[in-house]
Amino acid sequence: MIYREAGEFKASYREDMAILPIRQDRWFMWALMAVAFLVIPSIASEYWLGTIMLPFLILALAALGLNVLTGYAGQLSLGTGGFMATGAFAAYKLATAFPELHIIVVILLAGLITAGVGILFGIPSLRIKGFYLAVATLASQFFLIWMFNKFGWFTNYSSSGVISAPPMTAFGDFFVTGPHATPVAKYLFALTLVVFFAMMTKNLVRSNIGREWMAVRDMDIAAEIIGIKMLPTKLKAFAYSSFLCGIAGALWAFVHTGSVEPLAFDVNRSFQILFMIIIGGLGSIMGAFLGSAFIVLLPILLTNAPHLFGLNIPVDIISHIEFMVFGALILFFLIVEPHGLARLWQITKEKLRLWPFPY
Amino acid sequence: MRIERDVIYIFIATLFLMVAIPWAAGQLSEDIFFEWPFFFEVAIGGLLAGVMYSLVALGFVLIFKASGVFNFAQGAMVLFSALTLVGLNELGLPMWLAVIVTLIVMLVLAIVIERVVLRPLVNQEHIILFMATIGITYFLDGFGQTLWGSEVKILDLGIPSEPGFYFGGAILINDFDLVAALIAGVLVVSLALFFQYTRIGRALRAVADDHQAALSVGIPLKHIWVIVWAVAGIVALVAGIMWGSKLGVQFSLALIALKALPVLILGGFTSVPGAIIGGLIIGAGEKLAEVFIAPLIGGGIEDWFAYMLALAFLVFRPQGLFGEKIIERV
Repeated sequence: MIYREAGEFKASYREDMAILPIRQDRWFMWALMAVAFLVIPSIASEYWLGTIMLPFLILALAALGLNVLTGYAGQLSLGTGGFMATGAFAAYKLATAFPELHIIVVILLAGLITAGVGILFGIPSLRIKGFYLAVATLASQFFLIWMFNKFGWFTNYSSSGVISAPPMTAFGDFFVTGPHATPVAKYLFALTLVVFFAMMTKNLVRSNIGREWMAVRDMDIAAEIIGIKMLPTKLKAFAYSSFLCGIAGALWAFVHTGSVEPLAFDVNRSFQILFMIIIGGLGSIMGAFLGSAFIVLLPILLTNAPHLFGLNIPVDIISHIEFMVFGALILFFLIVEPHGLARLWQITKEKLRLWPFPY
Repeated sequence: MRIERDVIYIFIATLFLMVAIPWAAGQLSEDIFFEWPFFFEVAIGGLLAGVMYSLVALGFVLIFKASGVFNFAQGAMVLFSALTLVGLNELGLPMWLAVIVTLIVMLVLAIVIERVVLRPLVNQEHIILFMATIGITYFLDGFGQTLWGSEVKILDLGIPSEPGFYFGGAILINDFDLVAALIAGVLVVSLALFFQYTRIGRALRAVADDHQAALSVGIPLKHIWVIVWAVAGIVALVAGIMWGSKLGVQFSLALIALKALPVLILGGFTSVPGAIIGGLIIGAGEKLAEVFIAPLIGGGIEDWFAYMLALAFLVFRPQGLFGEKIIERV
């Protein structure tokens, strides 16, 4: 009754091609933005902002990056963690070598450097496909982490290998990294970047580049025959994907944890982000956010669940049971909806369109 | 099995490089000690270690061949079977009985996985099934450790682990590695015979070739999947016993799946001999690189060297050495 496009007439191509063609969707989006930018910072506690919202946003950005590569361009990758680490270390090197640079410039440059590394590791994708490629991208994961651990140059010869991000300001004088930064400032900074890049990605996948990616995903040999050049298309996907992952890595190290350490970007991180896009929905911007919310919230819920029921179980057993439940829930969601939460959202919208008179 | 000509070329080139690069490194750098007996000692140690990788990779190949599922849970199955075996043994069961009970447990596990996971996901995309097996991995890791605890357990088979001297005392080889290689060899031969000469083996090969054709001549696909997961479970148990008695039964056993993946892509996802040859190449290459190249670039390269080596092979053979040739049609 409320959610339908009846009565909305498009008078120009511009309106017809709008990202959100239905008025109610636009309202919903504005409301969501208002909640994210105004309501959450004013009511959420520091714990919520720092341990839930920040990782959610940053990992959603990384999931967005992987979703471009895997969901849109069809190249299965397990190297996300390595690319995030590249972004984090590139940002660290830039921030310490050129302390006068603005943090946004540092982060963007770190993203570009990661894009270069991504192109390098994307080259084998021209010959290697499917699961062979997935395993081959693990090479980049292990190699990059090893490199950052091994060579002191990356950590400015710090003895412990763990280094803290230098404090930096954005929006005038607000610290967004370092010990003086408030969680609200960090949250708003990350949110702004994530919203910006989500919009950019949404527009990009609607453009000719995005259509080329999808053609390659659906059948690369057919795409080649209709005149899509494999080399630039695949490398563009790798470059843009690792650009986003690099920015996510830089944000993770600078804004979230405040320390740059390779351990935060090991192979489990890659799997975690792959989980996000599969649970959220392959080839969907919304899916990256839904998946990230699910994967970030689930372990927190699982850790706290025994306390809610007043059970006292030893910590190590809890962590094992967490693993079990996590695996079982992944299986459950895959079986119920193999196309992810984004598909559920779409089905809800379809149902809502006919509601309350389904016939 | 027909071996293609370029595989033979790649093979010869590999052998040449594996000898030439360490030799050259030994000539050029002061830091690297190169002597022929030492070289062979390292190479043979690597080959034997490679057989251990093959043991894990075999389980991947079996399942991929028969159902097209990239079973990431193989590592977790290795851990789970080893944990169950040791746990039962600690409960007081004699070893032979514990092995039998563990085999039954692995069979039940195969049936459960087929019923609960594979059947509802039939006909889904490969990546979804891959993800599902990662879900199984998490579940099994948690389940095994909840049941049997997470402390390191010792699995003693009574195999001597003292190094022995061979070839007139020139070369030092660990006896345990020899026994492990022998067991792996027996396992591979019996698997090959099983695939080649039994009724079930023929059915498995038919399913691997073409699911629909196999169904249409009356092969029950669901039973085949149970069987293949059960066989993979048995392979996992053997791998678990060997790795467990080498490293101790602990969580890190699940991570050897990551060691088996490069073996898998190097040999080809669908080839049992590929898993063996791949294991030998990766094992020898890794050990040689560790001894003769790693000191030049700072060491600690075992994390990624196998992957880079496999990647180099894939550039020449995208389907792995013995994988099925990829034919693409529009």
